[in-house]
Amino acid sequence: MQAVEDIPVTVTITVDERKIEACAGRNLLSVCLENNIYIPHLCFLEGMEDPPASCRLCLVEVVGENFPVASCRYLVKDGMVVRTDSEALLQLRQTAFRLLVSTNDGRCHLCLANHSCELQRIAKFLHQPLRTKRLRHIERNYPELITEHPYLVYESKKCVLCGRCVYVCGKLEKGYKLDFAKRGIDTVVSFFGSDIDPATSACQDCLACAAVCPVGALNSKRVWQDFTEELKLQGKL
Amino acid sequence: MKPQHPPMNNSPRAFLAELVTAAAAKLAELKNASVPVIYVGCATCGRAAGAMDTIAGFNEALVANGIEAIIRKVGCLGHCYAEPLVIIQNPGFPPLLYQKIGVGEAGILVRSFLKDGSDPCYEYLLGALEADDNFPTLMDYPRYLFENRVIMEHCGLIDPEDVDHYLAVGGYSALAQGLEEGGVRVLEEIKAANLRGRGGAGFPAGRKWEIARNVKVFEKLVICNGDEGDPGAYMDRTLLESNPHQVLEGLALAALAVGAGRALLYIRTEYPLAVEIVERAIAQARQKNLLGSKILGSDFSLEVSVFQGSGAFVCGEETALIESLAGRRGMPQPRPPYPAVSGFQGKPTIINNVKTLSTVPSIIRNGASWFTAIGTPGSPGTAIFSVVGEVEYPGLVEVPMGVTLEHLVVDVCGGVKNGKTLKAVQIGGPSGGCLPASLLQTKIDFDSLKESGAMMGSGGLVVMNEDTCMVELARYFTDFTQGESCGKCTFCRLGTRHLRDILEDLTKGVGSAEDLQTLQELSEMIVKGSLCSLGKTAPNPVLTTLRFFRGEYEAHFAEKRCPARMCRSLIAFYIDLEACARGCDACVACCPTEAIFTTSNRKKAIDQEKCVKCGECVYACPPEYDAVRRISPPSLIPDQGVKPLIEEEKEEK
Repeated sequence: MQAVEDIPVTVTITVDERKIEACAGRNLLSVCLENNIYIPHLCFLEGMEDPPASCRLCLVEVVGENFPVASCRYLVKDGMVVRTDSEALLQLRQTAFRLLVSTNDGRCHLCLANHSCELQRIAKFLHQPLRTKRLRHIERNYPELITEHPYLVYESKKCVLCGRCVYVCGKLEKGYKLDFAKRGIDTVVSFFGSDIDPATSACQDCLACAAVCPVGALNSKRVWQDFTEELKLQGKL
Repeated sequence: MKPQHPPMNNSPRAFLAELVTAAAAKLAELKNASVPVIYVGCATCGRAAGAMDTIAGFNEALVANGIEAIIRKVGCLGHCYAEPLVIIQNPGFPPLLYQKIGVGEAGILVRSFLKDGSDPCYEYLLGALEADDNFPTLMDYPRYLFENRVIMEHCGLIDPEDVDHYLAVGGYSALAQGLEEGGVRVLEEIKAANLRGRGGAGFPAGRKWEIARNVKVFEKLVICNGDEGDPGAYMDRTLLESNPHQVLEGLALAALAVGAGRALLYIRTEYPLAVEIVERAIAQARQKNLLGSKILGSDFSLEVSVFQGSGAFVCGEETALIESLAGRRGMPQPRPPYPAVSGFQGKPTIINNVKTLSTVPSIIRNGASWFTAIGTPGSPGTAIFSVVGEVEYPGLVEVPMGVTLEHLVVDVCGGVKNGKTLKAVQIGGPSGGCLPASLLQTKIDFDSLKESGAMMGSGGLVVMNEDTCMVELARYFTDFTQGESCGKCTFCRLGTRHLRDILEDLTKGVGSAEDLQTLQELSEMIVKGSLCSLGKTAPNPVLTTLRFFRGEYEAHFAEKRCPARMCRSLIAFYIDLEACARGCDACVACCPTEAIFTTSNRKKAIDQEKCVKCGECVYACPPEYDAVRRISPPSLIPDQGVKPLIEEEKEEK
């Protein structure tokens, strides 16, 4: 019985009136992305077993569901009918996006992730500016720059709290431990384990967290220092 | 002590009967004691009102008067307005319930009632617990007449720290019955009773249990959710503190129905007394073999323990609760998978509210048809509310489902305090809605409340009079949910913050019609897009107040006026010179900023520059003058031509 279940079964789903074949048990977001149907997403990483579904950008409409569902957590089922481009969804995603950038200062030219930033890509897709006028700007009550970590620099203003870094850090279980701290608007990514010796910490060779950050909020300290020096030389800072 | 193990050939009922006989004899001894017995309500609420001092007062007075009496601590009767409550069982009299008994009153009661036996102190008497010709009985009060106590039947009447008290009133008989009839039978009965989860959402408990039962996994877990965090709600605490064994019996029955071998009570650390009482109850039940291995001689075993949750509102959400149990940050997880299928450590996990589990034993004991006869077909049974706010008799009230809000607030709880008019009720806590007085005919059941825009919630009900500003109320609740948001999902973390900011500006008179539009749209988006039910319900106070009190919102920004005269930035205080009395200084002393001065005609006036609008002078002004006026907008202060006395004296010189 076990052997039969292991063989991937192909299912057919309909996404935006397009028929797509996919392996059963996969999530809808990956299937759509592979078939060139772009759905904006921040918190999802390919290969995650339980995506946190926290960015709320990948919401799609599935016939039979009362509320829009997060496609990263929704497994494909044979015959399911999905809508990814309705007006209601666009509004929902635009609202989520505006909320995300309302804490952002939008100074992209001073950011390491400029031109590779996931937010810039989503902004283009959703036709939204990176500095929203529809919502007021929120100043977060937290230091803008955290440099206490021996190998990392965290810029709280840029962080969208997608949790990718927390996820990979928990997976790799090396060195310091990244996790969320505080509540509500004050929620930040913080590192734990101040008793670890920086010299022997596995963080210096890992930095997987900085690699997965979609917005350049978490960077290798060395890269960040070089970048800042360069900006200073150019007179931008 | 080693647990008492019954002989294996005995049935659970027969074994329980032995325990009950011993317990009943013990209780009868107390009931027929030749000396007076004093029961003092010592739940957290009673203690806050000074019940421990009352006990000390009784002890002292008893010694001083040379009287022998027994003092027993009991739980909470639910009459918050009358705490500390004391029941005195004096031989020759029916048990009498006294209200507001402090140290002084305790002394008087001992001297005039217990010593002489002549004067039962009618001035402190609430009523007799049993029908009697000489005393009013509690049934003469609307509160008792209209209430239908199923879950709270024994609360405040039995000693929560003695399992024998619960056994003597029929406790654990449902468990014995369940053990004999089997878990399937229990499940069928709960399903037939259509018991809906009392935690807020109203999901049928039977269906949840069935899902977990059908999962082919050996290890399953049942959790009692006692992480009560709504501002102004304390039903779960009272039940845990006043009748813990009822919760344990319900928990054991739930475990039996789903086939779980392990049960947990998730109680918040802020309830230290509840934790202490429940832990003692578990130890006692285990010692009597009512919990533990091979319960009552059957082959069903259940390990029960308490887990203390450390103060996060969101941990009441079941997926966050599980995360917190696992030692991680309490953040909700997307569902499915539902905990009933895969919860704690991937095991099927049933999480039920304290009230839901407390209802279970009575359903098993009396049958599903008895239960469905109470309440409405869609929401059978009773509902417990903690009615607070501007109401005459606040407290815990248990009414059948389907009664109207008006009946609950006006008939059962005595209506609004101080003859004011009712403006709105906020039902369901921070996730609930605010219903105006015009909707008081709404029935209290899961579906009717949801239809009206509010929700049953866990049972908090705040009554508000015309002095409560609806914008400020929405701001308060949004501020609460924002502060308690786990910060995981975009809509809840950032959306509620934007709502809060707009509302805060409105309370200061800053805003526009566009802001109301943003409030409405953003709220709807948060409902649609949030990950967990905390976020999905967080905008409810905003949405309902916008719907029912839109004019009040508009007055704030268009006229810079707070109709309820509550928002500090939009009000001012002045003293009506016609009403003010010459020579009275009551308000001067209370003013924290020395803003009140004496006028040239020796009356009082307020220096608006110095005034911080705390409102203390309103309370300090003797009621016979009642001269302090509250006004909104501040520009309406009449020019009474006042001049400070000092300046006039200077001029004369």
